[in-house]
Amino acid sequence: MGLIDKLISTARRSSPWLLHFDCGSCNGCDIETLACLTPVYDVERFGVVNVGNPKHADILLVTGTVNLRNREVLAVLYEQMPEPKVVVAIGACGLSGGIFREAPNVVGGVDKVIPVDVYVPGCPARPEAIIDGVVLALEKFRGKALAVL
Amino acid sequence: MTIEADRIDSVELCRAVAAFKAKGCRFVTITCVGADQRGAELLYHFDRELALSHLRLTVAGDEVPSICGIYSAAFLVENEIQDQFGLRFNGLVPDYRRTLFLAGEDSLPPFRRKSGPDQEE
Amino acid sequence: MAGTILPFGPQHPVLPEPLHLNLQIEDEIVVSATPAFGYVHRGLEKLADIRDFRQMIQVVERVCGICSMIHALTYCQGLEELMGIEPTPRARFLRVIWSELHRLHSHLLWLGLFADAMGFESLFMQLWKVRERIMDINEATAGNRVILSVNVIGGVRRDLDSGQTAWILSELAEVEKGFSAMSRTILHDYTVQKRTRGKGALSRSQAMELGCVGPMLRASGVSQDMRLLGYAAYGELEFAPVVEQDGDCYARCRVRFAELGQSIGLIRQAIAKLPAGDTSVPVKGRPPAGEVVARAEQPRGECLYYIKANGGKFLDRLRIRTPTFANIPALTVMLPGIELADVPVVLLSIDPCISCTER
Repeated sequence: MGLIDKLISTARRSSPWLLHFDCGSCNGCDIETLACLTPVYDVERFGVVNVGNPKHADILLVTGTVNLRNREVLAVLYEQMPEPKVVVAIGACGLSGGIFREAPNVVGGVDKVIPVDVYVPGCPARPEAIIDGVVLALEKFRGKALAVL
Repeated sequence: MTIEADRIDSVELCRAVAAFKAKGCRFVTITCVGADQRGAELLYHFDRELALSHLRLTVAGDEVPSICGIYSAAFLVENEIQDQFGLRFNGLVPDYRRTLFLAGEDSLPPFRRKSGPDQEE
Repeated sequence: MAGTILPFGPQHPVLPEPLHLNLQIEDEIVVSATPAFGYVHRGLEKLADIRDFRQMIQVVERVCGICSMIHALTYCQGLEELMGIEPTPRARFLRVIWSELHRLHSHLLWLGLFADAMGFESLFMQLWKVRERIMDINEATAGNRVILSVNVIGGVRRDLDSGQTAWILSELAEVEKGFSAMSRTILHDYTVQKRTRGKGALSRSQAMELGCVGPMLRASGVSQDMRLLGYAAYGELEFAPVVEQDGDCYARCRVRFAELGQSIGLIRQAIAKLPAGDTSVPVKGRPPAGEVVARAEQPRGECLYYIKANGGKFLDRLRIRTPTFANIPALTVMLPGIELADVPVVLLSIDPCISCTER
C-alpha cells in the first residue's frame, strides 16, 4: 500500500461521511436522523458530514422497510459506496419491517438486501439512539479500515 | 349509516362529473370501495365551500371511463386504483400500466377480492 | 439538445424521501415532468384486513411521521361518528393543542428544508433549533417526540395538568421569539425573494382545477381550511385562514410562516378555555357498521378518510387520501417552464410527503 492510500485511509478514518437513504419509512425516523445533524444534537462533532453522493460516503444510514421497488435502489447505493463501508439500519421498520411487516408490498428489514453492521431500535428511533448507532458504526468503520491497511 | 350519493353507471359518469366541474367544485378523490370478477364500486368525492358531494358508480367488469379529460388531477388516483384493484380506466393519460406502485401488469392487484363486493343493505 | 430526459431522484440530496421525477429538459428549461412513485409504497390500507379497528389507530399514525397525530385524529373522528360517540369537551380541546403543536413542528421543519433547498443552510439549522422546543413539549406531554399516540376512540389517552400548560405557554413564547427573529430573513431577504418570487405560480382557477389543498390552495387566494368545519374544538376557537394571492413559492412560504403564529394563537386560546373533566368516554357496544367520510386539516392540507365497516372487528375498507396526494398533480403544471436549478425549490414548495402519498 502506497503513501497516498495510507493518507486517504487516515483521513477517512478521522472523518467518515454519511449517506442517508429513506427506504420506506413513515418519515418519523428520517426527521429524527435529520434532527441529529442540527444544532441541538449535532452529530458533526464526531467528524461526520452528511453527503448526497454514495461515491463519497463511508457510512450508510437506512431508515424504513424495504419494499419491492426500493430494494434495487438500496442495493445499487450500497454497491456504489467505496470499500470499506458500514451500514446502520434505523428504526423498527429498518430492523424487521416493524408494524408494516405484513403489508402486501413490504419485503422486510434492510438486512434482507444488504449486510447490516449496526441496528438502532425504536419507533421512531430517538436522536440519542441514532447518535449512539453512528458512534458504534464509526468504531466498526475504523476497524474495517485498519484491517485493509 | 351510509354516505348519501347519487347512483350512476359508467355511461352517465362523464356528464355527471362535468356537471360538478361546471358548478366550480374541487375534485377531491376517487375511492374504490371494492372490486372483483363481477364488477366494482367506486365513490367520487367533490368539494364545494367545505361541503362534500359524492357520486357512487357501479360498473360490471373492470372497464371504467377515465375522468382525466375533465379533471386532469384524477390521473394519480386512477392509476392507483388500477394498481390496487386491477381495473382499467379508458382514456387515462398518463397511464402507468399498473407500475405506479407495483411491478406492472403481471403483478396481482392486492386489494381485489376473490368473492363479490358487499351488497348494500 | 431537445428531448434530454434527466432523472431526478429517487435518492437526491434535497429530498429527504425517495421521489423520482423524469424531467424532460431543453437547454436548462424543464419542458415536462413525469413523477414516478413506488419507493415508499407499503400498502398499509390492506393491513385493515388483519388488524382490528382499534389496532389500526397505531397503523394510521405511521402513515406519516410528520402529521401522525392528525392522521389518528381523523381516523378516530370517523369511527366516533360511525359509532355515535361524542368525545368529552376536555378531549376535544386537548386534541386541538396537540394538532397545533404538530402543525408548528411540521411548518418549522418545512421552512428549514425549504431554506436548505435554496442553499441557505444556516437558516435551516436555526429553524430546526427552534423546532426542538416543540419536540420537547411533545415528549414531555405525550412521551414520544414524533409519534404521539394520544388518540383513542372516544377521546385522548393523556392529560395535561396546570403545571404543564403553564410550561407549554412559556416554551411557546420562546418559540415565537425564535422564529419571529428570523422573519426578516425568511420574508424579506434578497436571496430568498430572488429564489422564490414568481416561481411555480398557480392561479386561483388552476389551483382549484388541479384539486390542490391546504397552504397550496390558500397561497393561490382560496380561503379554504378544513378546520373551519369545526371538528374537535375548532368551532369554539377564533381564527381565520391565512390567504395570499400570488400563488408562487414565495406566497406559499408566507402562508406557512403566518400559520406558525396562528397555531400558537390557537394553542393559547385552547389552553385558556380548557374545560375540566374526563379525557375520554368509555367505548362499549358493538363494533362499528356503515360507511363514513372524515376530513381534517393537516399541516399540508385536507386529509380524507373513507371508512367502511360491517359490524365486525375488521374494517371492510379503509381509504386514506392524504394532502400531498392531492398536491402532486400540480407539480406537472408548475415544473414546465422553470430552470433546472429551481426544480428543488418548486418541488419543496408543495411540502411533499411521499410516505403519505404512497402509504
